[in-house]
Amino acid sequence: MRTGGLRAGLRRWLPGPRWLVIAPPYLWMLLFFAIPFAIALKISFSHSQIAMPPYSSLVDWSGKDLTVTLNISNYLYLVQDSLYWSAYLSSLKIAVVSTLLCLLVGYPMAYAIARMPPSSRNIALMLVILPSWTSFLIRIYAWIGILKNNGLLNNFLLWTGVIDQPLQILHTNVAVYVGIVYAYLPFMVLPLYTNLVKLDLRLLEAAYDLGARPWKVFMQVTLPLSRSGIIAGSMLVAIPVVGEFVIPELLGGPDTLMIGKVLWDEFFNNRDWPVASAVSTVMLLLLLAPILVFHHFEQKELEHRLT
Amino acid sequence: MSARPARAFVTGTSPLLRAMLLVGFVFLYAPILSLVVYSFNASKLVTVWSGFSVKWYGELFRDASIMGAAWTSIQIAFATACTSVVLATVAALVMTRLRPFRGKTAFGALITAPLVMPEVITGLSILLLFVGMGVARGMTTIWIAHVTFCVAFVTVVVSSRLGELDKSVEEAAMDLGANRVKVFFLITLPIILPALVSGWLLAFTLSIDDLVVASFVSGPSSTTLPMKVFSSVRLGLSPKINALATLMVLLVSLAAGVAWWLMAREERRRQRDVQMALQQG
Repeated sequence: MRTGGLRAGLRRWLPGPRWLVIAPPYLWMLLFFAIPFAIALKISFSHSQIAMPPYSSLVDWSGKDLTVTLNISNYLYLVQDSLYWSAYLSSLKIAVVSTLLCLLVGYPMAYAIARMPPSSRNIALMLVILPSWTSFLIRIYAWIGILKNNGLLNNFLLWTGVIDQPLQILHTNVAVYVGIVYAYLPFMVLPLYTNLVKLDLRLLEAAYDLGARPWKVFMQVTLPLSRSGIIAGSMLVAIPVVGEFVIPELLGGPDTLMIGKVLWDEFFNNRDWPVASAVSTVMLLLLLAPILVFHHFEQKELEHRLT
Repeated sequence: MSARPARAFVTGTSPLLRAMLLVGFVFLYAPILSLVVYSFNASKLVTVWSGFSVKWYGELFRDASIMGAAWTSIQIAFATACTSVVLATVAALVMTRLRPFRGKTAFGALITAPLVMPEVITGLSILLLFVGMGVARGMTTIWIAHVTFCVAFVTVVVSSRLGELDKSVEEAAMDLGANRVKVFFLITLPIILPALVSGWLLAFTLSIDDLVVASFVSGPSSTTLPMKVFSSVRLGLSPKINALATLMVLLVSLAAGVAWWLMAREERRRQRDVQMALQQG
């Protein structure tokens, strides 16, 4: 009797058996994904120092008094040195432009695949994904051999006589755009395909029957109906591109300014962990809204599939 | 009159559309093809052709530091793939099968955010956690960091399969008296197994491919293959890297071929089952 009451009381307070299922992934992500951002935020308020770890402690316990010093000089530094905000701006610009380019190349591909007979659809889709299963680094490396001054593209153009001087493409922003579109194209095509394959073709037929021109049908029917695919694909491309490091490092030149590379240099070359943390925190804040939009669309997609 | 080109767009038979798809595929495959071709180049200058040779493959296999880094990467990727599949399957079940609970929105956000989070942010932050906890950096820390971003990708794969799954089978088993755990292991798991396999492969490739996160959390004795490739690529083109790339392409194509064959077999079996069920009914 008493033990029964105790058990019921315990059951009310202890997490139920379903928390045994929820806890492992939840705790893992909380500890290794969410909490680290808080630590980066904390360290962005500390001083750099030559020690291990190379940053000062915020909290000082001097026997009696507990003092917390927040040092905002890292953020002031980010604001005052034009390198940082021009790197943020230029990263955003590169992300937006390359997302549009991916959309331009990826939309027709996704549409063409979605309209194929079901048996060849999967093969075509596999062909889109397959390159991204080989190393990202090596695929970017391949473009060095193609784009450099005596590379394949220049040699080909010289041979055909289109140009008589090799074009400087490698180590410019053009090469960065080529690399980004190449590496991120599958992330654009996949969500677009998932969306376009569900498109109700009768709506297009109806629009044509009512006399609309193909361009108008596309702009007024197909495009609006594929909005969620466009948003999902654009987020999958734009958000990671803002922090891209490998592509600007290998294909970009002295004019290429991207915040991911700035962060890398602060950390690995200048060994200034607090400034690197501040750069990372500001980038995260900038990306927070797009990440939330992406999450919202992912959830809707999942719920849509479940019902 | 004008209906024909319009219809071609609806059915996807428009030559313009087909041409754009073809151009897209050429764009995707030409660089890979160029890597493969020039891996058989006798010259050390990667882009000048001077005859067929396989000597770079020999040099690659004799390079102990590349081979060592490859072995490190394979071990980490194997451990990462196994852990990610287990955690992601649990996460996908939570997302698709559990009634809403307090913190479910936060849970969903934690699971999907790594899909788009720039690697430099993830890498730096998790390194600061390890340093703060006083954990020595090495293969274990790379494994933990890799699992953290791979779980997101595998969860997407598994939960989309769980979403397509006909829940009535699970409900029927439950009505017949099986408990949730039994239903999962006897009914759900066998059905979603192909998704788990592709999730495992996805995590394996993501892990073996990662440069940025591994660079932040690696220790002095845990150089991974991408780190090795990166430091060599920074110094310029090297035919050895072309040879390595070709071997990777070969491996991936083989894996894709096997996956394709398994999927096709599964599809045929399903169609046969449906047909048999229809005949009996």
